Amino acid sequence: MIEVEQLTKRYGPTTAVRDLSFTVRPGHVTGFLGPNGAGKTTTLRMLLGLVEPTAGTATIGGHVFRDHPRGLRHVGALLDAHDVHGGRSARAHLHALARGNRIPRRRVEEVLAEVGLTGAAAGRRIGTYSLGMRQRLGIAAALLGDPPVLMFDEPLNGLDPEGVLWVRGLFRRLAHEGRTVFVSSHLMSEMEHTADELVVIGRGELIAAESLTAFAARGTAPTVTVRSPDSGALAAVLAKEGAAVERHGDDTLKVQGAGAVRVGELAHEHRLLLWELTTQSASLETAFMELTADSVEYAAGETR
Amino acid sequence: MTTALAVPPARFTDLPAAEWIKLRSLRSTYWALGSSAPALVAFNANAARADYTNYPHYNEPIHRDFVYWALRDAFTQGAALMLVLAAASIGAIAVVGEYATGLIRTTFTAVPDRRALMTAKVAVVTAVMTVYGAVVAGASYAVTQAILDGRGQGVPIGHPGAWRVVAASALLAPVSALVGMGVGAVVRHSATTMVLTTVVLLLLPSFVTERYHWTACVRNALPLNAWARLVDVGYGTHPFTIARRYPTTVGGSWVVFAVWAGVAAVLAVVVVDRRDV
Repeated sequence: MIEVEQLTKRYGPTTAVRDLSFTVRPGHVTGFLGPNGAGKTTTLRMLLGLVEPTAGTATIGGHVFRDHPRGLRHVGALLDAHDVHGGRSARAHLHALARGNRIPRRRVEEVLAEVGLTGAAAGRRIGTYSLGMRQRLGIAAALLGDPPVLMFDEPLNGLDPEGVLWVRGLFRRLAHEGRTVFVSSHLMSEMEHTADELVVIGRGELIAAESLTAFAARGTAPTVTVRSPDSGALAAVLAKEGAAVERHGDDTLKVQGAGAVRVGELAHEHRLLLWELTTQSASLETAFMELTADSVEYAAGETR
Repeated sequence: MTTALAVPPARFTDLPAAEWIKLRSLRSTYWALGSSAPALVAFNANAARADYTNYPHYNEPIHRDFVYWALRDAFTQGAALMLVLAAASIGAIAVVGEYATGLIRTTFTAVPDRRALMTAKVAVVTAVMTVYGAVVAGASYAVTQAILDGRGQGVPIGHPGAWRVVAASALLAPVSALVGMGVGAVVRHSATTMVLTTVVLLLLPSFVTERYHWTACVRNALPLNAWARLVDVGYGTHPFTIARRYPTTVGGSWVVFAVWAGVAAVLAVVVVDRRDV
C-alpha cells in the first residue's frame, strides 16, 4: 500500500508537485501517468526518501521509507536504469546490494535468471550493456529483496517487443501475488495493456485516480459506425432518437449518443438493412490527451 | 501477501562488507592502487640511489649527519605529493563516483540509513588506504635503506624517529583519502572535487607564508606541512633543517592529521545525510 497525502515539492519558484494525494492498493498494477515534467519521478523519489517533501507525507506500508535501516525487503524500485556504475558487472552490482541487506548470495543468481541475464552477460561490465539489458538489471535489483511493494519509473524504455511482453507478464504476476506494483509512464499506450488502475497527474497535480475502465469512459463517448444501403432513412430515424449522426459517403454513418444495440433495434423496427455495425470505443490515448492537454509542460507546435 | 524472505534486523557489519565488494569489483581500484604504489616506492628508491652514487663526493659534515639524509630518502617530499594526489583521488572517487553515475540513488534505495552507509564507506576507504599507505611507506623504507646499506649508511628501523617517518607517511594516505571523500560529499561533481582537493592539500601548503603568526598557524595546520614536520627527524637539532619562526611540535602535527581526518569523515557522513539526491 502506497499512500501519498497532500504532497508538495518546490524547487525555488517552481513547484514540481502540488498538493498531491492518492493511494495505490496491493494486488493491482497501478499505472502512474503524466506528460514529461508532470512530477512523476519527483513523486517516486519522495516516496523513496531520496528527495525531502516541502510539505505533506508519502508512506509505503504505513512507514516513511527512510525510517527503514535497509530497504530492499520493503520496497523494490527501478528509478533509472542508468543509476549503476558502468565499471562493475551485473553480478557484482547485485551482490553488493544483496550483501548490504543481508540477502543470501544465491538470490542474486535467482533474480539474474528471472530477468534473463544469464551466462556471460551477468559477468560483463554494465558499461557494455544496452538500455534494455540495463532495464532488466534494474528489475533484477528491484526483485532482490522479494519486496511487497515495487516501483518502476518508465521500465519499458529501451526494451524490445519480447521484453515488453515479458515485463507486462511479470508485473501482472507480481500483482497477482498480492504485491503493490506502481509503474510510471508518459505513454498511455504502454499502460493500456499493463495497468488496471491509474493515477494520472499533470503539472504536479492530480488529474485522476481510478480504474482503467473508468478513465477510458471519461474520454469522448464511443462512436458507432453503420453501413446501410438505406443510410438516408436510418439517419432520419436515429436523428429522431436524439443521436448525433454524421454522414460519410453514400452508405456510411457515424453515430454518437446511441449504442450499437439501439442502432440495431431501430434498424430492425424500421426494417432497414444493415451491412455493418461496429463500435469504436474511445481510445485511452484520446482520453489521456484530452485530460492532460491543459497540463502539458512542453507542447510542440505551439505559439507562445 | 508473499513474504518469502523474512526481514532480519539490520546489522552494521553488512554495510562495510557491501562497500568492500563495491570497491574490489572495480577494475579502476586495482589500476589506481597497483600502479601508484610501485611508482612511489621507485621514486623514493631513486632518491636513495642518487645519494648512494654521490656519497663519495659529499663533504665531512654531510657524512657525519648522514642519518638525516638517509631518513629523508626513506620518504621524499616528491613522493609525499604524489601519494596525497593518488590517495585523495581514490577517496574522492569513492564518493563522487556514486553521484556522477547516479548509483547513489540505487544505493540509498537499498540502504535508506544514509549515515550508516556513509560511515561504512568511510571505514572501508580508510582501512584500504591505511594498508596501502603502510605497504608504500614500509616498502619505501626497506628499499631505500637497503640501497644505502651499500655505503654502510642504511638506518635501522629502531633508530629514534625512524618509525615516525614510516607511520606519518603511511597515514598521509588515509588522511588524504578522507579529505577527498569529504570534499567529494560536499561538491558532488568530479572535476570540481579534484581541483578543490588538489588546491587544499597540495597548493595551499606552499602558498601560505609563515611570516605572520596567524598565517603560520594556518600553514602548520595543513596536513602536508604536518607530515613534513613528522618526518623531519632532525627538527630543531640538525643544522640542515630550516629554523622556523613559529615552531611546531610532533604532537601538534599528529593532532593536525587526526583533526583533518575526523572533520572530513564527519562532513562526508552528515552532508550526504541531509541533502536530496
